[in-house]
Amino acid sequence: MKETKVVELDEVAIRFSGDSGDGMQLTGTLFSDASALLGNDIATFPDYPAEIRAPQGTVGGVSGFQVQFGRREINTPGDYAHVLVAMNPAAVKANAKFMKPGGTIIYDEDTFNEKHFQKAGFTTGDPFTELKLFDYVRIGVPITSLTQESLKDLGLDNKSILRSKNMFALGLVCWMFNRPLDYIQEYITSKFGKKPLVVETNLRVLHAGYNYGMNLQHMTPQYLVHPARIEPGLYRNINGNQATAWGLLAASEKSGRPLFAGSYPITPATEILQVLSEHKELGAKTFQAEDEIAGIATSLGASFAGHLAVTTTSGPGFALKSEAIGLAVMAELPLVVVNVQRGGPSTGLPTKTEQSDLLQALYGRNGESPVVVIAASTPSDCFWFAYQAAKIALERMVPVILLTDGFLGNGSEPWKIPAMADLPEIHPRIALQKEEYQPYRRDGETLARWWAWPGMEGFAHRIGGLEKNIAGNVSHDPDNHQKNCEIREAKVQKVVDLVPDLEVCGDPEGEVLLVSWGGTFGHSISTIRELRKQGKKVSLAHFNYIKPLPANTAEVFSRFKKILVCEINLGQFVAYLRDKIPGNTYYQYNKVKGLPFTVQELEEAVIKHLEA
Amino acid sequence: MSEVKYTVKDFKSENEVRWCPGCGDYAIMNGIQRVMADLGVEHKDYAVISGIGCSSRFPYYMSTYGFHTIHGRATAIASGVKCANPALSVWVITGDGDAMAIGGNHFIHLVRRNIDLNVIVFNNKIYGLTKGQYSPTTDRGFKTKTSPYGTIEDAFVPGQLVIGAGGTFFARSIDTNLKMSQDVYNAAAQHQGTSIVEVLQNCVIFNNGVHEQITDPAYRTERQLLLRHGEPMLFGEENRKGLVFEKGKLKVVTIGENGYTTGDILVHDAEESDPSLHLALINMGLPHFPVAFGVIRSVKAPVYDREMEQQVAEVRRISKVTCMDDLLRSGNTWVVKENGYEPGSGGCPGRNGII
Repeated sequence: MKETKVVELDEVAIRFSGDSGDGMQLTGTLFSDASALLGNDIATFPDYPAEIRAPQGTVGGVSGFQVQFGRREINTPGDYAHVLVAMNPAAVKANAKFMKPGGTIIYDEDTFNEKHFQKAGFTTGDPFTELKLFDYVRIGVPITSLTQESLKDLGLDNKSILRSKNMFALGLVCWMFNRPLDYIQEYITSKFGKKPLVVETNLRVLHAGYNYGMNLQHMTPQYLVHPARIEPGLYRNINGNQATAWGLLAASEKSGRPLFAGSYPITPATEILQVLSEHKELGAKTFQAEDEIAGIATSLGASFAGHLAVTTTSGPGFALKSEAIGLAVMAELPLVVVNVQRGGPSTGLPTKTEQSDLLQALYGRNGESPVVVIAASTPSDCFWFAYQAAKIALERMVPVILLTDGFLGNGSEPWKIPAMADLPEIHPRIALQKEEYQPYRRDGETLARWWAWPGMEGFAHRIGGLEKNIAGNVSHDPDNHQKNCEIREAKVQKVVDLVPDLEVCGDPEGEVLLVSWGGTFGHSISTIRELRKQGKKVSLAHFNYIKPLPANTAEVFSRFKKILVCEINLGQFVAYLRDKIPGNTYYQYNKVKGLPFTVQELEEAVIKHLEA
Repeated sequence: MSEVKYTVKDFKSENEVRWCPGCGDYAIMNGIQRVMADLGVEHKDYAVISGIGCSSRFPYYMSTYGFHTIHGRATAIASGVKCANPALSVWVITGDGDAMAIGGNHFIHLVRRNIDLNVIVFNNKIYGLTKGQYSPTTDRGFKTKTSPYGTIEDAFVPGQLVIGAGGTFFARSIDTNLKMSQDVYNAAAQHQGTSIVEVLQNCVIFNNGVHEQITDPAYRTERQLLLRHGEPMLFGEENRKGLVFEKGKLKVVTIGENGYTTGDILVHDAEESDPSLHLALINMGLPHFPVAFGVIRSVKAPVYDREMEQQVAEVRRISKVTCMDDLLRSGNTWVVKENGYEPGSGGCPGRNGII
């Protein structure tokens, strides 16, 4: 037997792919968790079809999960995968474009037959040649038959047997990348504890895959990825949707205002409602409404009744909520609206990511209807920005729109767990002096009104969608309306004192400033680091606060010759910046494919502007 | 809280009431204020939520907490108010356009959930605030500004929607009949669950007299059947007429004719869970039947807002997680030990401070 070839790598991206029903999401998640536990930094990206179960074996039904892990900070799931695990020919076809040249393809050779070639739309018996995948290490493993073999004495039906073949792939990959199986075993044992046969089945197949790698080590190289240098502390893996939900729960506890979430299920935001509904122990009330409008309407009612109110949605649902957001603007009630952006317009690409709801968030309502708009930049910092959204809403009596996206919502990364004591305090603007209470009397500094709700003695008042005077009475006075429109806008602009200054990564001045916002942070920071390693003089300014913009934005921009705004839309933030921060030369790089940026394409975009 | 005593005046706001002279809304508001004064609920615990339409200006004329919201959404917004704080007495003021058209979806789902709200549907079969277009309760063939040749659609009967959505309380009243209305509002307030009250309201400007054939005092005895739980369904001069149920249908009979005696007459059971007879009563109309008024249905069922509160309390009781710090540290976590990490060494702030 030959010696195992051991390759040391700084970072590796693996893509697991198969039919929607093959369990690739779980396989990827377990591998990611095991890697994080070993001390690697990781970033994940589930890429799944809109159809729950498209016809088996077809390209449309391929579900993928990419994870990048490494010994350095990992900010993206990787542009291209070094290793592809493909459970059938369709998975190879769907994912070939996401492969790094020279990478390794591990495939279930039992599925590489005429029937599957046809389903996947191959016209010859050689999919690799057909896809021009010449330069790759191809490792065919009879995953299906080895899974069957390892379970033959358990008396299971074929369907149950085939269901566990993802564990074979997982075991094999764990061997290749030197991941001990302990964590995965524990997971399986606790998850299926009440079904000993299921535990037995999964563990057997997992070990069969692992041992297969060990026994045939001449075929598969083994890779070593050392732990990253990470800030010491207690960690967990978290995805963006869970982090958003937890951030809201944390804000509720900190502010003392109980949480109410009225929402309607919509991909890719649904998980936030699911997570919140799990945590009644923290007093959270969740209301699955009959539609998107009732979702925000019930929340606004709860806000009127003194709760920290949130509603969660995605693009089309966000459109339906517009009118009620306008009411929240007029009534000046605290409300957090989370939009996990997806590909649009209309139903668009429900399971894919995009940043194309920015202008809708800023302007998509009737009348002069200003709201605070902020955006999270990584899966784990959804926690912080959800918390911050709630803090701003409660302290400034204003609706806050939090933009995340499918990439952040579904993607996960390790997260250093914060202590509640370290989070900033939240002081809801609860009315105190009933003698002088008028619903639209304002704080001179922040312009925020005071919050009083039914049940509070002595503060009874009326509010609503009609224009009002200070006392809350309907007013059609022209001057009053102009004044109030200006006040509502000014109130949002005053939030700037809660917004940290914009930071520049790289040189403080220079030729090109890459500007990005929201969920593209991982790709833009990686781009800047890579280019600076190559000696290029480029810098990054990444935005989380869109309205209001950080106070020093114009000053930062003035130090650069070219402002290159990169976003996953056709140029929405750049249009906003041209309007709000005039006098600069803006360039733009846009992509709307339902996919995140790649670092490679961002590098090319920046270099083009450096040379031009 | 029966020691709490208020007068009607305590519920009036300083705002000038701006409904048209002679509008049925005045009488409805008077009736509701009287009931509120006597309910034993503290003034601070009332919330009045409305949508859009003439009736929806209601909260401005009340001294209680009030929220004048957006078209069709009052039931949904009020659901949020009540679920947030089930201790409140929450009233929804809406009309046939607001509740049956743009708000139809929220209406049926509110009824289905049985949230403890008191919903007063002002039914004048017309859009008043937009000056006279047909509504979902306008009768087929009726001519309005948007149906100059008559409508070609059938009307919703609010009570049918309530029954169809599994409703627990439905009552019908007449704007100007103060006694009947107050009894009904009071019963709606006492009922635990969604109470739907349809008030036949007269729009003096755009649909004057639409209910006249039913509501005019001259027709009261012959054309109105006031239902009272446990009492026979009698009406007419000296209560000579009554309802019987024959061959699967309701039938009007006269006592003393064709061998019918008082003992044959149906006795109203508002608390019967089977809604079949309630639906038949809701469907009755001129010219062959009187129109049913009073509390037609009032049955006990689980109340959403209370159940929501109980679920939270129950999970709190059994959960090991008692605060956010517990949750943050629950499940799969791991400790990263000293590993040579130095903060800020890369020049750019990174996630988690990792460089």
